[in-house]
Amino acid sequence: MHKEFLMGNEAIALGAIAAGVKLVAGYPGTPSTEVLETVAKRNPGSIYVEWSVNEKAAMEVAAGAAYSGARAMVTMKQVGLNVASDPLMSLEYVGVKGGMVVMVADDPGPISSQTEQDTRTFAIFSKVPVFDPTSVAEAYEMIQEAFDFSEQYHTPVFFRCTTRVDHGYEAITVKDAEEYKKTSMEGFVKDSSRWVIFPRLSFKNHGLIEQRNSELTAVLSHYPRNEIREETGSYKEKPCRKGIASHGISYMYTADSLDKDNHVRLLKVATPFPFPEELALRFLEGLDEVLCIEELDPVIERALLQLCGKHQLQVKIRGKLTGDIAPAGENTMLSVSKAIHNFLGQAEEAMPPQADIPTLSPPPLPVRPPVLCAGCPHRASFYAVKQAMKGKKTIYCGDIGCYTLGNAMPLDMCDTCLCMGAGINIAQGVGHLDKETKCFAFVGDSTFFAAGLTGVVNAFYNQADMTLVVLDNSTTAMTGHQPHPGTGRTVMGQVVEKVSIEKVLRAIGLTVVETVNPLDFAQARDTIRRVAEEPGVKAVIFRSPCIAFTKPTGHSAVNAEKCIGCKKCIRELGCPALILRDGKAFIDTALCTGCSLCEQICPAGAISGGDRTVASSGDRTGGDNKHAE
Amino acid sequence: MQNKNIILCGVGGQGTILASKLMAAAAMRKGIEVKTAETIGMAQRGGSVFSHVRLGEGLQSPMIAPGKADIIIAFEPAEAVRHLPFLKKGGTVVTSTAPIYPVSALIGASTYPVADILQHLQKSVEKLTLIDSETAAKELGSLRVLNVLLLGAAVRTGELGLEIEDIQAALHEKVPAKFHELNDKALIYTTETRFS
Repeated sequence: MHKEFLMGNEAIALGAIAAGVKLVAGYPGTPSTEVLETVAKRNPGSIYVEWSVNEKAAMEVAAGAAYSGARAMVTMKQVGLNVASDPLMSLEYVGVKGGMVVMVADDPGPISSQTEQDTRTFAIFSKVPVFDPTSVAEAYEMIQEAFDFSEQYHTPVFFRCTTRVDHGYEAITVKDAEEYKKTSMEGFVKDSSRWVIFPRLSFKNHGLIEQRNSELTAVLSHYPRNEIREETGSYKEKPCRKGIASHGISYMYTADSLDKDNHVRLLKVATPFPFPEELALRFLEGLDEVLCIEELDPVIERALLQLCGKHQLQVKIRGKLTGDIAPAGENTMLSVSKAIHNFLGQAEEAMPPQADIPTLSPPPLPVRPPVLCAGCPHRASFYAVKQAMKGKKTIYCGDIGCYTLGNAMPLDMCDTCLCMGAGINIAQGVGHLDKETKCFAFVGDSTFFAAGLTGVVNAFYNQADMTLVVLDNSTTAMTGHQPHPGTGRTVMGQVVEKVSIEKVLRAIGLTVVETVNPLDFAQARDTIRRVAEEPGVKAVIFRSPCIAFTKPTGHSAVNAEKCIGCKKCIRELGCPALILRDGKAFIDTALCTGCSLCEQICPAGAISGGDRTVASSGDRTGGDNKHAE
Repeated sequence: MQNKNIILCGVGGQGTILASKLMAAAAMRKGIEVKTAETIGMAQRGGSVFSHVRLGEGLQSPMIAPGKADIIIAFEPAEAVRHLPFLKKGGTVVTSTAPIYPVSALIGASTYPVADILQHLQKSVEKLTLIDSETAAKELGSLRVLNVLLLGAAVRTGELGLEIEDIQAALHEKVPAKFHELNDKALIYTTETRFS
């Protein structure tokens, strides 16, 4: 045993390693990404780790390992679970041999997601048991227990966290390598009555699953992480009338908000499904009222309501359904302590102390939405398309990644964004009914492989009229630069054959596939102008590496004497490095990467010094870089 | 030692996460329990970011409640003001005075009244340390060590319960040797202007 200061996701990874996991697959997504990365980094050598092409692939790869009797884990964010839901729904009916943990990170807020969906609700829907830790330290222990549980009951299990556990840090005690569980595997044993899902098997197993989950409500009542914290101190002799039920980080906010003067009973729910019913009944005994403090869905609240109905208990259950807890968004220390104080009926003066500045209202603060970095090639790509299509009726369908930030002013180049890969199909739908509109779909390189391929096939087969713009920065940038099939590297450090986006597109049947360096503004703009006029499905690949892993080649600088102060560079590009100083454009050299886009659009020729365009397009890629035949 | 609640705030890319890690490592060296929470992900692209750092005993949540922070270490003045509701009565603020203009302000879609913001800080915070980080960067030759410079200034307020040596030892463990000299210089850089 030794102590380490770990991020929640790192603790989950080390817990899985300590539990003897043999295969880990996943797809990057905030706030889940660091789990798989840490397994790769701290791999004792015995674990196969991969970034899969998407979550569905990851789920199926992990299922194969678990069928073989090995312990396996699959990692993703909550919306990734939607992609992986097809295999998971069936996998629950088939079951597993080796322990299989489906690690899903939920994102209340949401801070960087499309939805505020709750994996606990997904657990109920899919009938898959779910573990929900309250802290980094608990996550480390709980993931090991989750593997044992999965193996014991032959079912995949969810291990579900939220951002504040995933991205919280704590100094915790972890096992040394000698203490890791030694796991063995039998290998895949043929048994078509077990591994081949047919309606008859589904019917049989459905019954067994319902029976098991019903039994688990009793079993999990004895799981020590589901617990009742009894009222203590001076209230020991007085009957307690109020209770609070909570989970995850909200439980910690609750524990922090309560003090010894609060006469309240606490229920901590570590397995929201199957719900620990016996324990919850003990918790409800003698209570008049319960406040459920939850993030995302009212899962505990509904379970308690159901329990009260089933056992005809006269306990008022409060929470999201009664308006005591906000229906959407993240809980905070403030929102939780306010809810508790309201619930316990305390006077206003007992409210948590506020900062001593309520009388002084602050001046208006600048809004600071996330933006494309200075020098980001996506800015150049969007700008080129915008200029090429000036005055034309267009739709720009965006997708998931850094380039979603192309929606911000002044670029304003993202008309739709739905989910991974959706832009390509949405553009088709618009185009089929409106022949006057030039339809564009922007997709990143990682997203292209994860969810774009079938969309392109659909477009080609169904004779859509659209321009596909692949923004290839040779990485999965938004989530922290993970490799993907186009990069020629794997998370295990192997150098592998790159999958060429150009060749894939040509193989589908596209005849117009052009690759351009977006930082060469004139060429990029002219290419779009020309290609957009071609009939059918055509593609432009804008290829230039993400600035986060390339060294700046110089800085652009403004010659203040030449600058006419027209602000075109600032107004049209929205680059964080371009500032107005004394009426002239000024470049912050700490941010500038020398992409030279501003140099190319300056009407006075006042900016120089960058040399990004010198490095011509395609030289560092596996693409064939050929223009249309 | 008394429990300490520390908030670091700034703009994505300024190095708040490393600063909170250095503080945590320094605390661990002294056997002090640590919990922190970070902004990671989309907001890092030039958005507002924060770290909550809690040092002491019996810590539950890694997040700090409003009105409970002993000290705010701000890498940017508007971000300092944004986080003031977290400061306890009589709490300390150490902040860089150099504004980082968001693109929205640069293109005229929002405003950034720097003078008002600095004045607001001076009016509402008793224990305020303003750091002219632009001058500091010129003197030190780099703004990349702003995080260490601010940490040093925060240590000197006595509000962290940590010593310069604790931070320095953590720094030497975490940062490559070729950067030690610059970071050491930043850590003891003391030409800040004090307002009281």
